[in-house]
Amino acid sequence: MGHYLVRRLLIAVPSLLGISIVLFTVLALAPGDPFSEMALNPNIPPEVQAALRKHFGLDDPIWQRYFRWLVAMLHGDWGFSFISRVNVDTLILQRVPVTLAVIGASQVLALLIALPVGIYSAARPYSWFDRIASTFALIGFSLPTFFTGLLLILLFSIKLDWLPFVYRADLSATGWDWWVQQLKQSIMPITVLGLFQGAGWTRYVRSATLDVIRLDYVTTARSKGLRERAVILKHVVRNAMIPVVTLIALTMPQVFGGAVVTEQIFRVPGIGSLLIDAIQRNDTPVVMAVTFVFACLVILFNLFADLLYGWLDPRISYR
Amino acid sequence: MAGSTPASATAEPRVQAQARPRRSVSPWAEAWRRFRRHRLAVLGLVVLALMVVLVAFGPLVWKVQINDIDFSARLNTPSANHPFGTDDLGQDVFARVLYGGRISLAVGLSAMLMSMVVGVTIGAVAGISRGAIDAALMWLTDLFLSLPLLPLLLVLTYLFRDALKNVFGPEIGVFMLVVVVIGAFGWMSVARLVRAQFFSLREKEFVEAARALGASVPRQVTRHILPNALGPVIVAGTINVAAAIILESTLSFLGLGFPPDIPTWGRILFDSKEYLDIAPHWALFPGTAIFLTVLCINFVGDGLRDALDPRKVL
Repeated sequence: MGHYLVRRLLIAVPSLLGISIVLFTVLALAPGDPFSEMALNPNIPPEVQAALRKHFGLDDPIWQRYFRWLVAMLHGDWGFSFISRVNVDTLILQRVPVTLAVIGASQVLALLIALPVGIYSAARPYSWFDRIASTFALIGFSLPTFFTGLLLILLFSIKLDWLPFVYRADLSATGWDWWVQQLKQSIMPITVLGLFQGAGWTRYVRSATLDVIRLDYVTTARSKGLRERAVILKHVVRNAMIPVVTLIALTMPQVFGGAVVTEQIFRVPGIGSLLIDAIQRNDTPVVMAVTFVFACLVILFNLFADLLYGWLDPRISYR
Repeated sequence: MAGSTPASATAEPRVQAQARPRRSVSPWAEAWRRFRRHRLAVLGLVVLALMVVLVAFGPLVWKVQINDIDFSARLNTPSANHPFGTDDLGQDVFARVLYGGRISLAVGLSAMLMSMVVGVTIGAVAGISRGAIDAALMWLTDLFLSLPLLPLLLVLTYLFRDALKNVFGPEIGVFMLVVVVIGAFGWMSVARLVRAQFFSLREKEFVEAARALGASVPRQVTRHILPNALGPVIVAGTINVAAAIILESTLSFLGLGFPPDIPTWGRILFDSKEYLDIAPHWALFPGTAIFLTVLCINFVGDGLRDALDPRKVL
């Protein structure tokens, strides 16, 4: 197990390096740099500008700049936010837990929808339940998150006035009251993300279960006299989950994209809204770092999926 | 096969397929016949066609300009003069939704075409060549699959928007940027699909026969393998159009896609979200337009999957 984990981690390293190269190239290819605005400032003489550019190494070849940036990142020096006047890493560390909480809760909700509905649909293909569930899954999967978010705000905040539509990080209440308010303000962001993911995953779960349910070993299990419930839950589901785990890992980038949108709609102070703010204020170090953090999170979740995969399918075992 | 389950409700069991009287029908006619059995897909196609006609020819009939500002008619609810109401500047939302539809559909189709070309090329090259080239291309595909899509799109549009705007003007420049950026990140699933198809097709007897007759590799690919791999590719293309429309709307909704004077559906939603409490109609119409388009495309994709699935039964 330990050996397998180390190997998976070693495979993740080239991917991270690849992503960092892609990111850095994009930024380097982009027109303009942090000093381009300074060039328009008549108070700064050209020789000072040239000296500053030389000091920060902006005229060096791109691969030298890349390695300098990489070394700095590895040392934990993530740069300084021009706008917020704090180090980028403190800024990100403040925001990451909120994002992870929202994403985590919505993924749990999505699984709670997708697993039972998908499995039940596959157990009775083309029944009424299956037809209705499939249609609803397609509808849910076609509703973009930003539109569902606005619809929920319109219904629950404006018409019914049940839930607050702005997420506040600094709730004044304490104790039990704090939990109630926290729950109330988290319901809508989590529902928006969870329903969208759940709808997509229901389709995966259904088709993966359908693939397994007709195999001979399932018939064998039935003919042994096992109850249908035991056949489905113990024999079918475990094998059906193997492709589902892969597909869920593949949709992880989508989940983070959904998180950016949801955080923006409900003004949840996570890294997604940090990214949008930073982009709107031209805060390049923050933009770069947040994008990289997103990439790391995606790779991390893929790693989890790999571990889960090994647990579900002993055939691939931790070799 | 005990307990076999058809791939869909409309796919007929294999026995029936064999028993049908042998009439020579072209594969496309056969696919169309099967597509029509999927009622929701046909409905989706009809609604989609209606929307395309409306968006393409609507502005010729509905002559209200998208930027006619009328402060006496701010945030009006839908009426005969303004079927979809007006926005905070008194501009006609119906005209803006029609105009936005043109851009959203054009972005969806162009981005799909681009991702198809890239995906089919990479998938075909990886699928026909073994060893190092295949491994390298698949590593690249996996790398792109694990990139955080939306953050990267946001960064790319943020970085290149102004430069392209200066070269090509605001409308064409942003359009090209959005299409290229969305297309450049939509090819991975197609590439994997094509590669998998190539792996199974290149070992088939008819390809072997072509090879034995001395067909060159490009000829084997273009005349024998690719046409047979087309079914799943078309389905993936349909889904890609929907994904591209959603992505473009998302970019515009976050304020980083098209500029305010070019009202795409996402952009109208972005402008309207501050007025949700007093003018919900402003957000509901463009939002429903996005939803309906994507839903119809997905239904059509579902129908195409049933119609073009060469296995017919799972």
